[in-house]
This record gives sequence, structure tokens and C-alpha cells, in this order.
Amino acid sequence: MSLLNTLPDYVLTTKTDELLNWMRKSSIWYMLFGLACCAIELMHTGGPRADIDRFGASPRASARQSDLMIVAGTLTLKMALRTRLLYDQMPEPRYVISMGSCASCGGLFQLAYSVCDGVDKIVPVDVYVPGCPPRPEALTEGLLKLQEKIMTERWLTRSNHANGQVTAA
Amino acid sequence: MEPLAIYQRLKERFGDRVLEISDSKLDPFCVVDPAAIVEVATALRDDPETAMDCLSNQSGVDYKDRIEVVYHFFSYRLRHGAVLKVKLPRDNPSVHTLEHVWKSANWMEREIFDLLGVTFEGHSDLRRILMPEDWPGYPLRKDFVEPLEYHGISTVRESPIIRLDTRKK
Repeated sequence: MSLLNTLPDYVLTTKTDELLNWMRKSSIWYMLFGLACCAIELMHTGGPRADIDRFGASPRASARQSDLMIVAGTLTLKMALRTRLLYDQMPEPRYVISMGSCASCGGLFQLAYSVCDGVDKIVPVDVYVPGCPPRPEALTEGLLKLQEKIMTERWLTRSNHANGQVTAA
Repeated sequence: MEPLAIYQRLKERFGDRVLEISDSKLDPFCVVDPAAIVEVATALRDDPETAMDCLSNQSGVDYKDRIEVVYHFFSYRLRHGAVLKVKLPRDNPSVHTLEHVWKSANWMEREIFDLLGVTFEGHSDLRRILMPEDWPGYPLRKDFVEPLEYHGISTVRESPIIRLDTRKK
């Protein structure tokens, strides 16, 4: 502690991992991926009332520029193949939030012939947000949970992770 | 014009090619010989007494012994409607398209082809409209068996409720 005490006031100390994670968690850009009615709540979450922009999350139109995919709505089998393609286009590290019952397990349409019951069959999911559809507050909570998860990552010793790829919880 | 009067008018004009007129007071309909559907529909459109200017709905029904295609016509000018049906065999059902009479038939016929497997002769673009191109079978047929997987995606999801039940026993 003696060294720290000698530093002037304007010098802050932190751990490298925490600095990197703090920067990454403060700029989670999410891909616009509205599939059904959950997309309305997703738009609402990005709007002025819930405003997840204050956590640094802003919508991107391209998968290649996004960190987070919020799967908002019923995933059909036809769309599931495209979802995997979009996920593969995202740069690592990448995260997935499964928003609502339909994306998590097929929801109301689980027994339908055309519906993929759960996006976790296609891509690894980090946070599940239950609800039909979840309120903007719930999705915001999901984003905060994801931020907590990002803060636990180790980047200097990333050989502990498989290629730095974050696997599903 | 009342629907029953319209059907009587068709009966006078087309004779036995109009097969049967329902006597129900609620939503009466008229069954037409499949070979004559284009002529009857064109007559309904061009006759100034009926003047059906809109094919508002076209759909298919799978019964045990037959497949029916149902046409809902409406006249915006005269404010009346009519319902025609054609009965087709379950093996290889086929009827002539109405695309050249009302353009709105195009997508509705593609939907019936997609979900029930009715072939529309003379259709300009008879492809699946909702299901993926490589989907096996016609999902709204009663004997449709859902495939266990699609492109490696399992279509079955274990229900947590059932799991709880077995644990109890």
C-alpha cells in the first residue's frame, strides 16, 4: 500500500482485466433481431423510457458490428438456419440473449411443426429473459446480468477459456 | 343480392356443373365442378348483377376423403359476397388457377400448395411460400408426420413438467 499512497490523486489504479471488461460491458452493441411481438418490447427498451443506451447499448443493423444478439420472438425452423449464419458472422466475443418464452423454449408454439423450440438448439445462450413478452425492465435486467457476466471474464489468462469463446452458462 | 340468389343464378346458367347448393341460412355455399371453376368465377366477376371484384380469401380444407378449396368472393360495388367450393381427390389434388381472373389468387394458391399440396394448373409461380423449400410433405394434411429433425435441429423438446411427473412416481 505504500506505493499506492505515493501516487497523486489523479492516478487511478485497476486491474487490466477489469479495465478491459469495464470498457467492453459499457459498449454492448446489440443486433436488431426482432422476429415477432417481442420486437416491440425490444424497440421500447431502446426507446427513451427504458433507454438502455445509458448502459452503452445501442442498436446495430449489421451482425458484423454487433457484440450481442437479442433473439426477440418466435424462431421458425426456416429462420433458425439464418440465425446460425448471422451468429457466425458476429465477431468474437459475442453474446446471445434469448428474449421471451418463444426464443427460450418455443413458448406457446412449442408443438407447432414449423417452430424451432428454443434458440439454444442453434447458438449458445448467455442470458434467458422469461416473459411473454418480457417488459422493457426485464430486458434491461437481462442486459445488466450480461454485464455482470462480462465482468467475470479473464483476458490476460484466456488460455483458460477455449479460444476466448464464451460458452453458454 | 343474397348469396342463395347468386347460386340460383349460377345454377340457371351452368346447369349440372354447379353441383350442390347448401341450404344453411348461415354462410351458405355452393359446390362447383372443379373443371368449371374458371368459367364460373369469370362469370361471377363479369356479370353486372354479381360484379365480384375481389377474391377476398382462398383456402383449403383437408377432410378424410377429399380436399376442398374454398373461394370467398366479395363485390365492393354491390356490397355482397359468395362462397364457392371445389372438391378434389386426396391423391394428387389439382385444380385450375384463378390467377388470371384475380391476381390476389397468386399468393393464396401458393399457400394452399405449400400447406396442403394442391397443384394449381397454369399458375405462374407455384413455389412454397411459407415453409422452407426443402420441407418434406404438406403440414396441414391430417396424415402429416412431423420430422424428428430439420437440418440437424431436433424438433422435440423435453417438457420439464413431464420430467417432474416421472420423478414423483
